This record gives sequence, C-alpha cells and structure tokens, in this order.
Amino acid sequence: MAEIRAEMVANVWKVVTAEGEQVSGGDTLVILESMKMEIPVLAEDPGTVTKLAVAEGDVVQEGDLIAIIE
Amino acid sequence: MVESGLIESVLVANRGEIARRVLATARRLGIRSVAVYSEADAGLPFVREADEAVLIGPPPPAQSYLDQAAIIAAAQRTGVQAIHPGYGFLSENAEFAQRAEAAGLIWVGPPPVAIELMGDKINARNLMAEAGLPVAAGTAEPVTDADEAVAAAAEIGYPVMVKAAAGGGGIGMSAAAGDAELRAAFETARSRAERFFGSAAILLERYLSPARHVEVQILGLASGRVLALGERDCSVQRRHQKVAEETPSPGVSPVLRGHMLAAAVRAGEVVGYRGAGTVEFLVDVPTGGFVFLEMNTRLQVEHPITEQVTGIDLVEQQLRIAARGDVSFAEQAVKPHGHAVELRVYAEDPSRFLPSPGTISEWSEPAGPGIRVDAGYAAGNQVTPFYDPLLAKLCVHAATRDEALARARAAVADFRIAGVRTTCRSTPTCWTAPSSLAAPTTRQWSAGCGPDHSQHNEERAHPQAGRCRRRGAASGRDPRGDGG
Repeated sequence: MAEIRAEMVANVWKVVTAEGEQVSGGDTLVILESMKMEIPVLAEDPGTVTKLAVAEGDVVQEGDLIAIIE
Repeated sequence: MVESGLIESVLVANRGEIARRVLATARRLGIRSVAVYSEADAGLPFVREADEAVLIGPPPPAQSYLDQAAIIAAAQRTGVQAIHPGYGFLSENAEFAQRAEAAGLIWVGPPPVAIELMGDKINARNLMAEAGLPVAAGTAEPVTDADEAVAAAAEIGYPVMVKAAAGGGGIGMSAAAGDAELRAAFETARSRAERFFGSAAILLERYLSPARHVEVQILGLASGRVLALGERDCSVQRRHQKVAEETPSPGVSPVLRGHMLAAAVRAGEVVGYRGAGTVEFLVDVPTGGFVFLEMNTRLQVEHPITEQVTGIDLVEQQLRIAARGDVSFAEQAVKPHGHAVELRVYAEDPSRFLPSPGTISEWSEPAGPGIRVDAGYAAGNQVTPFYDPLLAKLCVHAATRDEALARARAAVADFRIAGVRTTCRSTPTCWTAPSSLAAPTTRQWSAGCGPDHSQHNEERAHPQAGRCRRRGAASGRDPRGDGG
C-alpha cells in the first residue's frame, strides 16, 4: 500500500484518476497548482486507487493525503 | 508638491514587489497612492506602504487582481486620476486599458491599440517583418493542425520553436528537433493555448541555438519620438523563465548594439508606442545576427538594472509620459555607466524547482554600495500558493562586470531568508561560476548551467520536477505574473 501525500500547500487543479482505477507507475493521479506551476502527482508503483482523498478546487497542506494505492 | 502637469494620484493594480516599486516612486514624487489587494495579501508591505489600500477580493487572481470591474470601482471610489498596472495581471490587457480610459482614468501604459498589435505574436511578427526588422524563419499564419506544422517545419528547417500566438511567459512553448517531437509539442501548445489564452492559434519559428536573449528598453513620447535606453541580456533562463539578467550584454558589440537599438526604436514607431516598453530579440551566436522575438508593452520585471546604469527612474518616466507626454531627462544626456546584474529570488526549492509556499520566519536583505533589493515580502509574511513565486530581485551595480558579479556573490551571501526555500543561493552559483565568466552565457538553464538540453537532465534526475509546467492565472490574456 502506498500513501500519496502533498509535498506542499497547493490547490487541487485537476483530478485525473478515480477510486477503483488501475494505475501504472508514473501515471498522473492529480495535478496540483501552486505559484503558477502545475505539479503532477504521480503513482510511484502500479496498483489500484483504493482511496482518493481530494477533489478539484480543494486546498491541500503539506503532508495531506491525496490518494492510497494498493 | 507634485510638479505641474504630473499625475496627482495613482492606483497600482498589482501586488508584491512591483506594487511596492511603483509606490516608492509615487511617494518620492509626492503623488497620492492607492493599493488594491486580495485577502491573501493583507499583510504584505505594499498594502501598508500605500496612502490608501482597498480590498478587492478573495485570493484567486480571477476574483481579485484580474477583476477589472473591482479595480476600476476602487479607482473611482478613491478618486484617483490614474491606474498603473505593473507587469503581468492586466498590464497587457487592451480591454482593461480601454475600460480604464472610458472611466476617465489615465492609463499608465501604451495606447490599447499598441497592446493589441503586439499581443498577438503572429501579427507582431508580420508587422515587424513588414517594417524591415529581421525575424526568424517562421509561419505568417496560424498553424491549425499537426500535419500543417510538420509541413511548415520542413520549409523552416529543424529545430523549430512552437508557441501560442496569444501566449506569454513561456507557457505552452517548446522546441522540437524532428517530426515526432513536433507533433507532441504542437498538441501540448494547442491545448495549453486554448486553456490559458483562449486562443488555439499556434506559430512555428526557427529555433536559434545557441542564442542570447537580448532586449531593448524603449520609451515612446507623445511627440511620436521613441527613445532606446540600452539593452538587457536575459540569457540565463530555466524552462523559458528568466532567472538572471545583466546590462550591458557581454555578447553584444557596439555595432550590434547600434543596430538593435535602432530596430527597437523602429518597432515602437510602427505601433505608435507611448510609455515604457521592451522589444525582445534573439541574437544568433554563431552569426552575430539578431531577430525580433516579441514586444512587452509594459514595465519589465528586470527594469531596475537599466535604472542602475542610466540613473533614470523608469516608473517616473511612465507617469510623466502618461500625464504630459515627455520625459524628465535630456536624450543626449543618457550615458550608461558601469554594469548591473539582477538575480531573481523565487520561492522555489533550489534543487527540484518546486514551489515552496510557507511563512517567512527570517528576512534580512543585503545592503551596501550599488546594491538594490526590490522585494515584495518581509519577515512574518505568508507566501501563498496563489501567485507567482518571485519574492525579490537582487540588483547589483558596479563599474565592471567582474566587480558587479563579485559584489553580487557577496550580497547573495548576506541575503538571509528562512521559512521558505528560495533560489537565492542557487542562481548565482550557476551564473557567477568562473566558467561562465570566461565564456559569457548563452540562453541556458540554471539547473545544470549547461546549454538548453540540460533541461532533459533535470527531468531525468527529478521526474516530478521535470514534468512541472509554468502556468498562468485562470484568465486574462497575459497571465504572466513574473513579466516574462
């Protein structure tokens, strides 16, 4: 199980994946936006997205859970 | 007392360091100033340094610094005469300039028609070519699909640069060395152009490499005369974003300078330019030739280095031209002295170049002869994720390039910022490395100090960082907060 967490304060600009989806390592899960920069959050390893903790428009703090991949 | 014929009051429609910069000149000239700010910026220095400050909305730019009606209402409520847009946000928005003028306000910027003519890169390119300026081989009409792009590239010759016609700030821009790369670059550019600039128009231009990015500061007067105040070299870039600038350019000979300044004056004359503007060129290093790139119809981020070598306050000239059409100095008296460099301090992780918002716990600026810091923040301020990451500009002036760089190194060591990660220390290690002193920089990436392709090294080392893209605010024609 891998917990994907936000590396910084950011706005959730786009949610690319959905709960239950199969992802490969390197797939984009969500795209954060901070300081005019888009920051894609990637799956490190292949698996299933069992939890998606954010929605578009949310503000995440550093360390906040974004998704769980099992 | 305000000098007769000058503006008596001005609203600054911007934030951070550039708002503070404009307010400083207003204060010196005795001009009443009004700041506008979003809820995220209430604690920043520019808000308290204005004579009056008006809250215009919540943090997202579309609801505050890009909200034209809110800004014009603030100007009317506070009874100011003029609006200074700074750079980025609404500064190159012809519609906003028109609305301000229609509301009876003086627009501290060029005529809206000049903004429009230069705002579309295809149009600007064609116009400048007609006027006799050199332009790179490229497309004179918008390219509408990938097949057309490949056909155009066959004529232009690889490598080519793919750009959004309405774009800016490097957004959606990428170079391609072959058909496959071009198809990918084209699709990226088109989707980003549509999303950020509301126009899918794409142009292709021959990509010059190695090249220097050199720009000329101009001032257009009411009489129709256009003055050129020397050049700035902005070759040190990362992901098409400027990182450090200097003047004079170490790669421009007096003869080449003469040609470039004349071309910049011609560009301004062609569009009936008034006020401060910057004409950007690429200098082809192998041939020493140059081509027109684009014109920025506003004050440029890196304007302070021109001020340092000329002793001219460019914001004062902007206000003066807007009010009475002339400048405060005699043209013949303009004689640049010495060398000036600017280092941009971004709130970014210096190794991965990821944004680093947070609370500034310590902020201590360097001081001394020739040192100027234009900063938007102070200790205790919050750096929020809503705006561009530029925290400050460290500008250093000395008699020679070597002295300026030595002084810059010392100043960097004295610049203490804690609480957020910044590029303050990393930029100069690249720029002032002995190798770059011996071989003056061409357009390059700060990440590895190498030529353009070190971008790919950066991507390999940090896949996450390498995939980040600079983007603009959600709306507005030119979303550059950082002036490009």
